[in-house]
Amino acid sequence: MPVMKIKKFSFTYSGVEHPSLKSITLPIEKNKITALIGPSGCGKSTLLRSMNRIHDLYPGNKYDGKIELLDFETGKYQNILEIKKENEFIELRQKVGMIFQKPTPFPMSIFDNVAYGLKIAGIKNKSELQDRVEAALKGSALWKEVHDRLDKSAMGLSGGQQQRLCIARAVAVKPEVLLFDEPTSALDPISTGAIEELIVELKKDVSIAIVTHNMQQASRISDYTAFMYLGDLIEYDKTENIFLNPKEKQTEDYITGRFG
Amino acid sequence: MRLLINKIFLALSILSAGVGLAFLAWILITLFMKGLSSFHFSLFLNDLIEGGLRNLIVGQMILAGLASLIGIPLGMTAGIYIQEYGQGRYAALIRDLSDIMMSAPSIVIGAFVYAIVVVPMGGTSGFAGAIALAIMMIPVVINTTDSMLSLVPRELREAGIALGASKYKVIIDIVIKAAKVGIMTGILLAFARIIGETAPLLFTSETSNYFSLNLGESFPSLTVSIYDLANEPEESSRDLAWAASFILTVLVLIINLTGRFITRNKK
Ligand SMILES: Nc1ncnc2c1ncn2[C@@H]1O[C@H](COP(=O)(O)OP(=O)(O)OP(=O)(O)O)[C@@H](O)[C@H]1O
Ligand SMILES: [Mg+2]
Repeated sequence: MPVMKIKKFSFTYSGVEHPSLKSITLPIEKNKITALIGPSGCGKSTLLRSMNRIHDLYPGNKYDGKIELLDFETGKYQNILEIKKENEFIELRQKVGMIFQKPTPFPMSIFDNVAYGLKIAGIKNKSELQDRVEAALKGSALWKEVHDRLDKSAMGLSGGQQQRLCIARAVAVKPEVLLFDEPTSALDPISTGAIEELIVELKKDVSIAIVTHNMQQASRISDYTAFMYLGDLIEYDKTENIFLNPKEKQTEDYITGRFG
Repeated sequence: MRLLINKIFLALSILSAGVGLAFLAWILITLFMKGLSSFHFSLFLNDLIEGGLRNLIVGQMILAGLASLIGIPLGMTAGIYIQEYGQGRYAALIRDLSDIMMSAPSIVIGAFVYAIVVVPMGGTSGFAGAIALAIMMIPVVINTTDSMLSLVPRELREAGIALGASKYKVIIDIVIKAAKVGIMTGILLAFARIIGETAPLLFTSETSNYFSLNLGESFPSLTVSIYDLANEPEESSRDLAWAASFILTVLVLIINLTGRFITRNKK
């Protein structure tokens, strides 16, 4: 069952004539990892950033179609493109979290970083905050390394640790979907391995969409893969089919490294 | 050929740097020698009327402090507005206006405050002086806030929004904190600048020989008194002016160094 259904979604940036996404239709399956691949500029980030409407920070973009998000309580889908009210946006972003390419620790303590989203969600009780922060850090395989310095600044962590902290921060609010935009491209191979492991571990609890330039990464961790090219979705299938048995010639050329 | 040009350029750079440094050293040495020879600890205990500088130092600090109290919140708010909220014409207008204000000669600002505060109030006052200094300070604070906030990466703001925070909360909790060191340093340098100003105070606060905390009347000012004392015929007055200049320079130097120290330690 998909947690998100993207339907005929088109997107045009403010002040640009050509659309960056053209009528994309794509499901994000529940408790699975969906990889978005394709050459630079094909619209992967644009699509990912539409799924929590972070684009709305910058006015003037035009879009069309639907992006439906499953409401776990009612079992109904809600079109997130219709959201207008501030509190609905907050709710959406707590349901659909995001991790960026460069780690983005906030200039505050490790504890406060992880507690930030929880406080926004209205959790004030100290012991509940402590429990949730601890659980999130454990869930992000960071607890062992930081449990004795939770009150120290997050800026002092290594790049890989900072990225896991950002994941812990996003996981803490118990989202339904997590969006990753090239989360390991700024990291060394060992940190990359740790993050990949973590992402696979997370799919027990959340559904994941991940943009990556790394073919091996996509084939290692994802269940489904979508190949995009120049704003079009060329092919979407189970990952093994995309990599072993692609239907489209463009997909085959891309994954065999003939272009991109 | 290339090598020769390189060498000539290098020689010219060293020469001009040397000339600059020599003049700076000359100024500082004169100041320290003349200042130190007339310096005495009792200057801090007596007011100008008794041949000391106490009231002037305290007065100058109060003027600059009050100016900061007015200038920092106003300047920071404007800086935050143009960097975080302003996209349209208003932001551009404020930015241009602030740039123009920054290059306005300080004597013009003094004259402006004279016209809009001193004349209606019927006389010079500490208030008028503080307002003039605040006007000097505001564009600097706007500019620092604006440029320091612009250095905060876009992703940091987006990460806050992506956690459900509203825009103003992201600005207050995250963006300003990330830019804190830069903004604080800028404010400190702005403070160091206004504390040594004379022209904006010359006909706004004037100065006073007596200790005063009453901002409604002419207010003791170190810089204005240096200007007055230096123009007096007696040797003793000019010696006092040297001592006052020395104290002012050390004060500004300390503030500047503190600013640099904060930046270095935090980066
Ligand atoms: N803010 C923007 N304004 C205008 N055009 C943009 C903007 N951001 C991206 N684009 C354009 O939209 C298209 C898709 O960009 P997008 O960032 O989604 O690509 P991408 O697949 O994520 O590429 P990469 O792999 O390099 O990250 C590109 O042609 C890009 O130039
Ligand atoms: Mg991208």
